[in-house]
Amino acid sequence: MYVEQISIFIENKFGRLAEVTRILGDAGVNIRTLSLADTSDFGILRLIVNDAEKAKSVLKDRGFTVSKTEVVAVEIPDRPGGLADILQVLDAGGINVEYMYAFVERCGENAVMIFRFDETQKAIEALTAKNFNVLPGDRLYSM
Amino acid sequence: MFFNEEFETLPREAIEALQLKRLKSMVARVQQNVPFYKESLAKAGVNADSIKSLADLARLPFTYKQDMRDSYPYRLFAVPMEDIVRIHASSGTTGKPTVVGYTQKDIDTWSELMARSFVAAGVHKGDIIHNSYGYGLFTGGLGAHYGAERLGASVIPMSGGNTKKQIMIMQDFGSTVLTCTPSYSLYMAEAAKEEGIDFRDLKLKVGIFGAEPWSEAMRLDIEEKLNLSAVDIYGLSEIMGPGVAIECCEAKKGLHVWEDHFIPEIINPETGEVLPEGQKGELVITTITKEGIPLIRYRTRDITSITYEPCICGRTHARIARMSGRSDDMLIIRGVNVFPSQIEAILMGVEGVEPHYVLIVDRKDNLDTLEVQVEVGENIFSDEIKHLQAISTKIEKQIKEMLGVTCRVRLVEPKSITRSEGKAKRVIDNRNKA
Repeated sequence: MYVEQISIFIENKFGRLAEVTRILGDAGVNIRTLSLADTSDFGILRLIVNDAEKAKSVLKDRGFTVSKTEVVAVEIPDRPGGLADILQVLDAGGINVEYMYAFVERCGENAVMIFRFDETQKAIEALTAKNFNVLPGDRLYSM
Repeated sequence: MFFNEEFETLPREAIEALQLKRLKSMVARVQQNVPFYKESLAKAGVNADSIKSLADLARLPFTYKQDMRDSYPYRLFAVPMEDIVRIHASSGTTGKPTVVGYTQKDIDTWSELMARSFVAAGVHKGDIIHNSYGYGLFTGGLGAHYGAERLGASVIPMSGGNTKKQIMIMQDFGSTVLTCTPSYSLYMAEAAKEEGIDFRDLKLKVGIFGAEPWSEAMRLDIEEKLNLSAVDIYGLSEIMGPGVAIECCEAKKGLHVWEDHFIPEIINPETGEVLPEGQKGELVITTITKEGIPLIRYRTRDITSITYEPCICGRTHARIARMSGRSDDMLIIRGVNVFPSQIEAILMGVEGVEPHYVLIVDRKDNLDTLEVQVEVGENIFSDEIKHLQAISTKIEKQIKEMLGVTCRVRLVEPKSITRSEGKAKRVIDNRNKA
């Protein structure tokens, strides 16, 4: 039920983000969604792509520090309070959200959020028990 | 104005005759009392009797800082411990500190040379000397203090830190002379300005600044902001402490080395060969009157040049130029000695950190700053910012704890630090560009 995300270390330097996306584009890797977390010195670019292995290897070849992480994609009813309902389940289960960001496409009437949890398996169990739809990676890569 | 006119204005022939006599006597003493010198002099095939002229100095072996470390703590002392009245030590940032001992006569000599230095800088009996050099194992505070007392001036033993109080005391006590590192003087002036106090309204007229490298541009800046005459002082604990050499206020062109107590030489740091007057090289000093821990041809690692040209002040002692660098890779950051290898050792101790780093030293708001750039490899990379920040904080904390220097760690991309062929360039020092 995990989704593979790749993370790239990027210094806050002119043109670095453009370079990463260009390398991926040239390799035929399609970015499904992304989030960029930044500090004054550096940023961490987190990507969900159609081919994580390939993305990782082309970026590593170009000298970037890349890592792979398992994240969880959850469908959220696209209505007021939709996100709050999910977070309430996690809160009740004592599960920490390390970070989260939205998937750019909608899935039917639902939005998709990407979560990074401290306890991934526990989070998936808690969400599925409450009938939230946790999406498998394959769905996202090809969406 | 002189403190000891007779000695400060000795004709060159008289200085050299005195140096030769004192050198022979010192060599005889260490040969007898210090096993390290007994051995190294024997190896070089020299003894006190074989020194016929000052040129024979070049036949004597060098003494290195490492020799002092290897002799930790007391093995280079040339007198029994009961004759040692004071012990100082260098910061010891590479492990064991360099320990130096003084007999009563050494303290007397040091006080006199510091008093001479004060007078050369334009300080007189009746001045109020605000001494912000650190007191303690570091020689700066007590060295200047005893010199001030010997001169008969009033000394305020402030030591470093507590800037607000420093400014208050200077205002209220009417300090006329300030002794501290050049960067701290500017820091104090800035801090005062924030409190609405202009240093130019204080009574300060002379500032004696040393213990770190500074430029002519910085002198002008200090003189403008503090409204005083700023002079450069040189010293090192291994040789004595502050007051080994000082600029005279008349010329401010080179630092007079007190040649009746020290013999300066300039050598090529690579070959050890003695260089002629005016050429840049490493300063080597032989102490010729010290009792506690006399040193033969001590390699200071400081780069300068020497001139014997007469000075307008009337002092006949040779002058060395403002220090222009080091022949090793030691950095002086806010008065603290830092070797890149020490930072490297700390980085290597942090799990996952790779050995690619560069130190960037700068001077911002008149204070030295140190930035340590560290490459982020896969071993330490995380998709969470807090983990990366924890690593920088950990390194910053360890450097502060082990070296006593505040730094900023900046994580950079792999391979962004230039790899050089041969010796890696570990240091970018932007301070002397001004």
